[in-house]
Amino acid sequence: MATIGIAFGNSTTSFATIKDGKVDVIANPDGERFISSTLSYVDGDEYHGQQALAQVIRSPRSTIVNFRDFIGVPFEEINSEYSKYAAHPIELNGKVGYEINGNKISVNEVVKRHLKQIKNAAEDYLGQEIESVVLTVPTNFNEIQKCELIKISNDAGLKVKQLINEPTSALLAHLSNKNQLLEDKIYVVADFGGIRSDAAVVSVRGGIMTLLSTEHSNKLGGIELDEALIDFFASDFQKKFKADAKKTEKSYSKLSAASNITKKTLSNIQTANVSVDSLAEGFDYMSSINRLRFELVGRKVFSEMTQFVENVVKKAGLETLDIDSVLLVGGTSNIPKVANTLSLIFPESTEIFAPAIDSKLPNPNELNCRGAAIQASLIANFDDEEIKESLQPIIINTEHLQVPIGIKDLDGNFLTILSKETAYPIKKQISFESNSDNVEIEFYEGKRSIKETVVEPEQYSDEEEDSEEEEPEIIREVEYLPGTLLAKMSLNGVGSGKNVDVIIQIDREGKMHLTGRSGDVVVKGEITQA
Amino acid sequence: MSFTAVASYTAAAKRPIEPVGQYFLAHATRTLKGHTWSEFEKIEAEKNVVSVEEKDADEELFDEEINDPELLAHDPKDWKTCDLYAALGLSKLRVKATPSQIVKAHRKAVLQHHPDKKSSKGGSLDQDGFFKIIQKAFETLMDPAKRKQFDSVDDNADVAVPTGKITNNAEFYAAWGPVFESEARFSNKQPVPSLGDDNSTREEVELFYKFWNNFDSWRTFEWLDEDVPDDTSNRDHKRYIEKKNNNARKKKKTDDNKRLSDLVKRVQAEDPRIKKFKEDEKAEKARKKWEREAGARAAEEAAKAKAEAEAKAKAEAEAAAKNDKEAAKKAKEAAKNAKKKNKRAIRNSAKDNGYFGDEDKAAIIDLDLDALIDSFDDVKLGEVASKLKDVTGDDAKKVLNEVAAESKLSLKYFV
Repeated sequence: MATIGIAFGNSTTSFATIKDGKVDVIANPDGERFISSTLSYVDGDEYHGQQALAQVIRSPRSTIVNFRDFIGVPFEEINSEYSKYAAHPIELNGKVGYEINGNKISVNEVVKRHLKQIKNAAEDYLGQEIESVVLTVPTNFNEIQKCELIKISNDAGLKVKQLINEPTSALLAHLSNKNQLLEDKIYVVADFGGIRSDAAVVSVRGGIMTLLSTEHSNKLGGIELDEALIDFFASDFQKKFKADAKKTEKSYSKLSAASNITKKTLSNIQTANVSVDSLAEGFDYMSSINRLRFELVGRKVFSEMTQFVENVVKKAGLETLDIDSVLLVGGTSNIPKVANTLSLIFPESTEIFAPAIDSKLPNPNELNCRGAAIQASLIANFDDEEIKESLQPIIINTEHLQVPIGIKDLDGNFLTILSKETAYPIKKQISFESNSDNVEIEFYEGKRSIKETVVEPEQYSDEEEDSEEEEPEIIREVEYLPGTLLAKMSLNGVGSGKNVDVIIQIDREGKMHLTGRSGDVVVKGEITQA
Repeated sequence: MSFTAVASYTAAAKRPIEPVGQYFLAHATRTLKGHTWSEFEKIEAEKNVVSVEEKDADEELFDEEINDPELLAHDPKDWKTCDLYAALGLSKLRVKATPSQIVKAHRKAVLQHHPDKKSSKGGSLDQDGFFKIIQKAFETLMDPAKRKQFDSVDDNADVAVPTGKITNNAEFYAAWGPVFESEARFSNKQPVPSLGDDNSTREEVELFYKFWNNFDSWRTFEWLDEDVPDDTSNRDHKRYIEKKNNNARKKKKTDDNKRLSDLVKRVQAEDPRIKKFKEDEKAEKARKKWEREAGARAAEEAAKAKAEAEAKAKAEAEAAAKNDKEAAKKAKEAAKNAKKKNKRAIRNSAKDNGYFGDEDKAAIIDLDLDALIDSFDDVKLGEVASKLKDVTGDDAKKVLNEVAAESKLSLKYFV
């Protein structure tokens, strides 16, 4: 009886389990770790994954793609653009359905069959029955969609233990991998998928994550880059053979599949070949493209992505300067240009986690299911009642500090103890070395300010003919200064060079307990919330 | 020492936190159970202590160090003859070692004996003979089939069979108990009943011998096979060796079964409990018999008593009859005597009284008296005699006259 984590996406689905304390992303019998969320019904057989995706070219109307977002949504609200070259969604009792070889099938049934395939693959791999799962969902999935997904999954034989949000799942996987859960940071989790993109600003405080803002787009994803490539190749084809590669559905699908592979190849190497036999009007197409060309072709999409991330930061009421790290998730995040363009809008101090920058990181497409697997292993021993209890609003909804609280250090600078957006109850401790017999500790609220440093450009004395004067560069940084004085504490007879511990604890009622301690000398006090 | 609160801190905002990760679960537990931070930290700390202690339990079962010079100098080519458990420091656990313990012990042994470790201490890299043995031992013991083969021929796990004469019960159990415990490792059926002690019940003992007499052993002797050449050049030779191995295995297995069955027979013969049970049985049988025959015995006794009583009664009766007879005889004699006396008294009564003056008629008187005496019965004789006793003269004549009248005899003298 095992519990696994599943990340069910529109384009791909992946699932993982914990084996000997390590996350293991499971491959299906075809060896795929990112299984295409595609089902195809040809000649009475059901195809799944890559095999089904290959059917798009030959039997487009029997192949169902990109169906996850249709769960629990009325037919008139769906965006069916991405099913243009596969089975078209139809209305079925107000919900979404498909008509395959004359049989009508609801989207719920499609999802159920897909999950059953996933279940079989996981059981084959693990050699034991899968009892329950943790599933990831986008943050904008509404309650109806969640209920529907839980119902379908239960029908497929996968009991849903918990639904978790995609960005937090990815962040949990990333932080657990790096063992950085306890570092207080603000993250942007940007998930660029196949047909949609999601971004979230998440604050991580004492291992607890809080979503500060989210942003979604159905018009941004890997498919936009595919289309840019298709356009590029199609115009090239037109030039070479005077034939339109986009005219028929079949030729379009052929070129689309080839472009998708070319795009993926370009994430790893500088130049990729594209070759399609009998693309249109009997002409074979063969060409090559380098990464730089691709980046130019997809420039519009990349800048939209940048804009998208900027929006989510703005939504959270922050500036890019406030962001400590950016985590890139999703298959499209493999493209080096995505990380490179994003790094331009963030200050240099912001770390960007993407495979283009650190090749040791796990595949960004795996992060969602890895997080789900970690969560699954954590709650594997919990029964439903315990999980339900833990998800009560009284536990989920907690108070978050709006202003950082800290002390003034020996140099007069503000030293943060509890960062902004820290959820309480919390207890945190810092230590410093005393420099005199009597130690004065002053507790302050931090005041945000922006420090501007002007860096003079280096003068290239060798190239005198270079008439252009380089602009001095201004580096902006957020820093916190001591703001409102909250309390004062003095510890007498500590002795110089001794260790002093400062502990701040906020209890459930919002009362803040302050403790200063050095050896036997202990001073305690408390202040209240305004 | 002072604390001064100056101001309140800015009001907080309520937001939902993400229900994922261990720290959220810790938060949920704290909130649900109402623990404070310090209570929670204490509970978590206690949890950690337990897990650390659990870790050390295995280590104590391993050998302190692997440094038996004979073992270290063992030729790695002959690794099959080496004590593989000792090579991993598992000489105390042997068959009982779990796979996880073997992994741990292997790690420990490798840390000590890796050629790199040796060379850092000045040894040469070639001195890896023992390390090879460790690796072979690990390979063998982690493979369940191979481990069984090795366990089958692991002499070091055997317990010596007692040879001398066993004098008392306690010694018997102490000597044979471990032998059977070690033999039990070959049993397909688990658990194996133990030898027990003086307090074992008869059922337990019988079950024990029944089990061992029908012992189902997995012991195999493949480990001792001669290596089969794996070259294809000489197939006949290969087959010959395989055949030889097979026969040797079979023979060893038969020998082993015989050895065990002899062992069990010997123990069964020596078992003080079996002797005791036999004696008990005998006593019980005797007692049963005794009980069964109780009725017959009682009847016999009764008959005997009856016969005795009868005999006694008869004897008594006989004695009484004899007495009566004698008494009767005596009485008769006495009566006879008395009669004679009375007769004499009567006869003499006339003579004594001078025939009442009629001495001339003496003959007649005597005749009369005789006739009288003849007519008298015994009682009358007595009566008359007693009457005549105290009288003399005419009184006697008078008495006799009365008697004569009474007798109505025609007498000549008396009327």
